Amino acid sequence: MSGATAAPENPDQLDERLVRTSPLRKLLGRPELGSVVGAAAVFLFFAIVADSFLQASSFGTVLYAASVLGIMAAPVALLMIGGEFDLSAGVLVTSSALISSMFSYQMTANVWVGVLVSLLVTLAIGAFNGFVLTRTGLPSFIITLGTFLMLTGLNLGFTKLISGTVSTKAIGDMEGFESARALFASTLTLGGVEFKVTILWWAALVGVATWILLRTRFGNWIFAVGGEADAARAVGVPVIRTKIGLYLGVAFAAWISGQHLLFSYDVVQSGEGVGNELTYIIAAVIGGCLITGGYGSAIGSAVGAFIFGMTSKGIVYAEWNPDWFKFFLGAMLLLATLLNAWVRKRAEATS
Amino acid sequence: MGAVLAVVLGASLAGCSSTGGKRAEERAAEAAEGRAAVNTPRWTFAMVTHSGDGDTFWDIVQKGAEQAALKDNINFLYSHNDEANQQAQLVQTAIDKKVDGLIVSLAKPDAMKAVIAKAVKAGIPVVTVNSGSAESEEFGALTHIGQDESVAGEAVGDELNSRDRKKALCVLHEQGNVGHEQRCAGAKKTFDGTMQNLYVDGTNMPDVTASIEAKLQSDKSIDAVVTLGAPFADAAVQAKQTAGSKAEIDTFDLNAKVATGLQTDKLGFAVDQQPYLQGYEAVDLLWLHRYNRNVLGGGLPVLTGPQIITKDDADALADYTKRGTR
Repeated sequence: MSGATAAPENPDQLDERLVRTSPLRKLLGRPELGSVVGAAAVFLFFAIVADSFLQASSFGTVLYAASVLGIMAAPVALLMIGGEFDLSAGVLVTSSALISSMFSYQMTANVWVGVLVSLLVTLAIGAFNGFVLTRTGLPSFIITLGTFLMLTGLNLGFTKLISGTVSTKAIGDMEGFESARALFASTLTLGGVEFKVTILWWAALVGVATWILLRTRFGNWIFAVGGEADAARAVGVPVIRTKIGLYLGVAFAAWISGQHLLFSYDVVQSGEGVGNELTYIIAAVIGGCLITGGYGSAIGSAVGAFIFGMTSKGIVYAEWNPDWFKFFLGAMLLLATLLNAWVRKRAEATS
Repeated sequence: MGAVLAVVLGASLAGCSSTGGKRAEERAAEAAEGRAAVNTPRWTFAMVTHSGDGDTFWDIVQKGAEQAALKDNINFLYSHNDEANQQAQLVQTAIDKKVDGLIVSLAKPDAMKAVIAKAVKAGIPVVTVNSGSAESEEFGALTHIGQDESVAGEAVGDELNSRDRKKALCVLHEQGNVGHEQRCAGAKKTFDGTMQNLYVDGTNMPDVTASIEAKLQSDKSIDAVVTLGAPFADAAVQAKQTAGSKAEIDTFDLNAKVATGLQTDKLGFAVDQQPYLQGYEAVDLLWLHRYNRNVLGGGLPVLTGPQIITKDDADALADYTKRGTR
């Protein structure tokens, strides 16, 4: 590799940054390529071993499972590219649903008021994560582990205190419920197959995240702070603002997921969501995000979520003993990651 | 790898035991096996529960269901998830598979309502088990097999009264399980003394022990601990010993450890709801419905409990708990 400042020996030879790479090479260099190959492999595998996997209705179910995960995986992938984790993301979803439901119920307000209050509070929690992280300089692992535990306690504590039981009161008969349900939890029928609206949310979020990453200045900042925060700061990247922004993104997605939970079932269980934060990270990693930050893609997270959805439902369609479920999931994860690493190595070797 | 394998094989060959162990278990299991007793087509029934991973109670339910499936020539599928949203998705996969019958537990009824309506609409007969006696009929299920959790709780309260207990602790190991809340509420209702609830993380046994221990240490006047699942009774016994408490440990549900505990006076009493029966009857009733359009219960839940088990009954049940069917 020649330094950018070195004068070319031959004036006709172009600067290497301007060299046109072939589309194939460009494709091989994409972070999500390995996961796409993995997704195709998983799809083929279940198409062969599970008879009901290829039905259109099953596809709707798989996509739904993937979308619920994918909505969270996209901002979590961005956060990981920015070099941070959020262990509170899983419980934050439940918090968001609880706040929305309890506010509407206790105030006897239109449910949209609760939905908006929930958005504000959820974003505030995300901002709190980012603020404490950037202020203290402690690892995000510790900070968000703290918020994770605090939120778990607050969820149960407040719910028991306010509604007297571990779940919220039903808000299905309140004003605005139907319109909110249409937005967050409706079912669309397409050619006789039912698709949940979360699939649209998922697609939109992945689209926006990809656009931010690849087409905006903020996207460059994310890669910069995840690659080397000090160097990024030295060249003028607003590290603090970028990281807080990333946590706000996770909080926003948690709000969408939370509202989906609430308006699907109209009652929220306060103890749920624990453990999901790892699933989001898994989806992002399968999709090609590096744990160390600075590398990854939003589309990859979507592919990761899709692999996860296919595997978790495919095992059921294949009628395998569920006792082994976690084993298969772990093996799939490991294989996908290995495949990913292998493809990337090959891609780097050829370019 | 090879060396490890050789050592393991060598060790298992060298030391044979003539009592207990796997061989005794196999001998006991032989009695329960069998062939299909009917020549109806091979229908597929799916059971979707709210069980966590590796739960003893649901293992017994599964055993009962499998036994009935064997007899009734049923292809039996089991899946479970303790998150409401995930459980609903599993029911959806069963509908996608176009199963011939569906067995669902309704611990989180609101989350299951829509998807069960879908199953009913698709013409799949549904039987609910364990939790959800109040919602079962409304959701369109054929029948409900389980115990009325409030009634079971009330039975515990009465039993505690007859044992002269004054201050009891109710240990809930599944947050959000409505049935568990009903049990503790029922016990509180009939119990003359005071009763407190304690929430623990049921998937983390050391945490359960530590939580109960801390509670017993901080409040020495507690003279009874009621756990809501058999494995947690053992955790409570350990906690009691470390805390140096004199409290009596009582529990819902039964397993081999609880049976031995009752025999050796480590436990006061157990409230059994016969999980084996819940699995067995659910499959059998679905078969009867497919075969003969029979429905049991007449619109009311079919109760499998509560049955109070004390030291006197424990001896007779020990063999069955050991093979994992009680």
